[in-house]
Amino acid sequence: MVSITPPTALSDGAVVPDTPAAPGGRRGSARRHWVGWFFIFPFLVVFLAFLVAPLAYAAYLSLYTKGLATGTTFAGIDNYKRAFTDPSFLHGLWFVLKFSLVVIPLQVFVALAAALLLDEIVGRLARFARLIIFLPYAIPVVLGSLMWGFLYSPSFGPIEQISTLFNVQAPFLLSQGNIFYGLLNVVTWQWAGYYMIIIYAALQGIDTSIYEAARTDGASSKQIAFRIKIPMITPALALILVFALIGTLQFFVEPKVLGPIANGTVTPDFTPNIYAVTLALQYAQFNYASAISFSLGFVVFLAVAIFMFVTRKRGSLFT
Amino acid sequence: MRLTKTLSVVAPVVLALGLAACSGGGDDGGSGSTAAKPTNCTNKIVKEDAPRVLVWAWYPNMAKVVDNFNNQHTDVQVCWTNAGQGQDEYSKFQTAVSAKKGAPDVVMLEADQLVGFEIQDALVDLSPYGANDVKKNFSEGAWKDVSQGDKVYAAPIDGGPMALIYRTDVFAKYGITKPPATWAEYAADAAKVKAAGGPPFGDFASNVPAVTTALMIQKGATPFQYDLADKQNIGIKVDDQATKDVLNYWADLSTKKQIGKEDQFTTDYVAGMVGGKYATYVSAAWAPGYLTGAGVGNGSSKGKFAVAPLPQWDAASPVSVNWGGSAFAVTSQASDKAAAAKVALGLYADEASLTDGWKTQTIFPLNQSVLKSDEFINAKVDFFNGQTANKDIYIPAENAYKGAVYSPFTVYYYAQLQAQIVKLNAGQTTGDKAATDLQNALVTYAKSQGFTVK
Repeated sequence: MVSITPPTALSDGAVVPDTPAAPGGRRGSARRHWVGWFFIFPFLVVFLAFLVAPLAYAAYLSLYTKGLATGTTFAGIDNYKRAFTDPSFLHGLWFVLKFSLVVIPLQVFVALAAALLLDEIVGRLARFARLIIFLPYAIPVVLGSLMWGFLYSPSFGPIEQISTLFNVQAPFLLSQGNIFYGLLNVVTWQWAGYYMIIIYAALQGIDTSIYEAARTDGASSKQIAFRIKIPMITPALALILVFALIGTLQFFVEPKVLGPIANGTVTPDFTPNIYAVTLALQYAQFNYASAISFSLGFVVFLAVAIFMFVTRKRGSLFT
Repeated sequence: MRLTKTLSVVAPVVLALGLAACSGGGDDGGSGSTAAKPTNCTNKIVKEDAPRVLVWAWYPNMAKVVDNFNNQHTDVQVCWTNAGQGQDEYSKFQTAVSAKKGAPDVVMLEADQLVGFEIQDALVDLSPYGANDVKKNFSEGAWKDVSQGDKVYAAPIDGGPMALIYRTDVFAKYGITKPPATWAEYAADAAKVKAAGGPPFGDFASNVPAVTTALMIQKGATPFQYDLADKQNIGIKVDDQATKDVLNYWADLSTKKQIGKEDQFTTDYVAGMVGGKYATYVSAAWAPGYLTGAGVGNGSSKGKFAVAPLPQWDAASPVSVNWGGSAFAVTSQASDKAAAAKVALGLYADEASLTDGWKTQTIFPLNQSVLKSDEFINAKVDFFNGQTANKDIYIPAENAYKGAVYSPFTVYYYAQLQAQIVKLNAGQTTGDKAATDLQNALVTYAKSQGFTVK
């Protein structure tokens, strides 16, 4: 579709086609402008009050510094210089980057496999399986994490009970060496179903006559899956990869909830977001915490930009 | 189709509600609300028209204590909220202090947290409000912990003299006839129980850095030197030999698996306490109350606990140390400071509350009227199977406690120590290195906060 002049959302859905060249349409379009703003207004208020204003305030805070023994002083970009040399921030960043590199392919693989399978089969079982795979996403992250905390528990959890049956020492999945895998499991469990639904919806959107044509040409189910389905849903895959990347770099809830039972493995600087919260709410360093948050935002932006650059030819979504 | 229709009806209503909510919010913000009477009190207000003082506290028997106060006072009423225990509450209070609004009038703080808030001008000096009138009720050490020179920043309620809680059944099973009196004996007993296939002898938990700090002080460390009157200067010494020795000692027991490395107060830990998974518990006088509340000492673990004096490095010159114990401070955000001070000084100071507190062992009272009462001294403690624990263990420990000096960034210090304990437990560092790393981290932090490190 060629773009038409009025920028409001309303004109897109208007029944009467707008003719930009006609001078008579001017009045109507002005009124529509007004109506458009009216409809956007509630969103705009919320957007400005809860997104733009806090961001602006945090940006302002990040330019100052406050010490316990000194007052507040203007720091310029010193907080940012400090952030990118702060081992706590860099360690946290390294952890979430490592975690992203493992968890995202894993989640997408699980989601893709489940979606392709569900796309092949029909009937009650398929519907049931779809629901079950999606279910973990419907459970709030905090509750899901608490539940896994119980499952991992060395005194009450089933891992312990099964190990006792075989007379072996159960691994504590939140210990220093294991927490990476313990969290990997929780996150994949929670999010794979959601990504599965997105991929599944994309698969459902493909015209089935393409499959018929492929079968007529002698393509096997496997070939259809790999040569037709996956290439046709790359926009959806690119979308969930971006979602997953942003979400994982901001990793917070799962380690925060599992932290109290992890015997100190989840340190105050475990991930950049946890570090920012600790700085602000426990050490009273709101200024530096703001700088850490913006630094993380910058890294996320960079990571997504790199990702989009790398995938620019394959996914049509961002081109 | 039907769904779409319903949505089209519902949507404008929701929108309207949303707008109404927005405008409502705007009005509240604009009018600049004056100090409103706190209304969401956990307790019942006895005298409706008296001024209310909002209190944050987490004592397990707080409901009774508040009722006692409100029934005895007509001029002021306590409105109590439990804003979390320990660090949870401090985080909320710290945020309110930074935001300059939202703090309660009176806040429960442990002694090691006071100076961190004093330096931010978050607490009010109580001496003009009659604090010195109640000074006589407390020992010199207890009073020193809440004061800076002539200024008094909180009313002491309870202390935490430390001792060695142990399981009599585990000791009997592994042939330990008397509780260890020195740390050398403690280590020997730990090795003996481990060799016989017994449970961990104790626990080196990362989430109770205050305990490790107390044990460092017991060996002779002086982690901090700080005086609020000389605000800019601080002395930090956590890489001395005493600290290294204590960290090495516990790391050694932990890496040999003679003691556990689980965090305390978690469900798993409490279950372990009930099940006799730990032979000893190095803890404070208030611990039995919290353990009882969590279900320890009932059912199968009933009557199996006893207490002995804290093991010493040198039995000839014993040192007594303290863990926790809290006080009530008036915040500088309190609108009616006189009323708030009245609450801080009077709450948990009446006989009925104190008696309930010590009988349930949720507090070890610092009020001399209790400490010197025959009933308290000779009480046979249920949790310790009728042992006269106050007379034999806790009162001597409290009397020998000389007080400690805390830093204005206790929260940061504890977080760093905690991280080192995790590494020690994992065998990734040595006590010597942990102490040095800790020292460097604290000095760097102090300097970044504008202190001059002496």
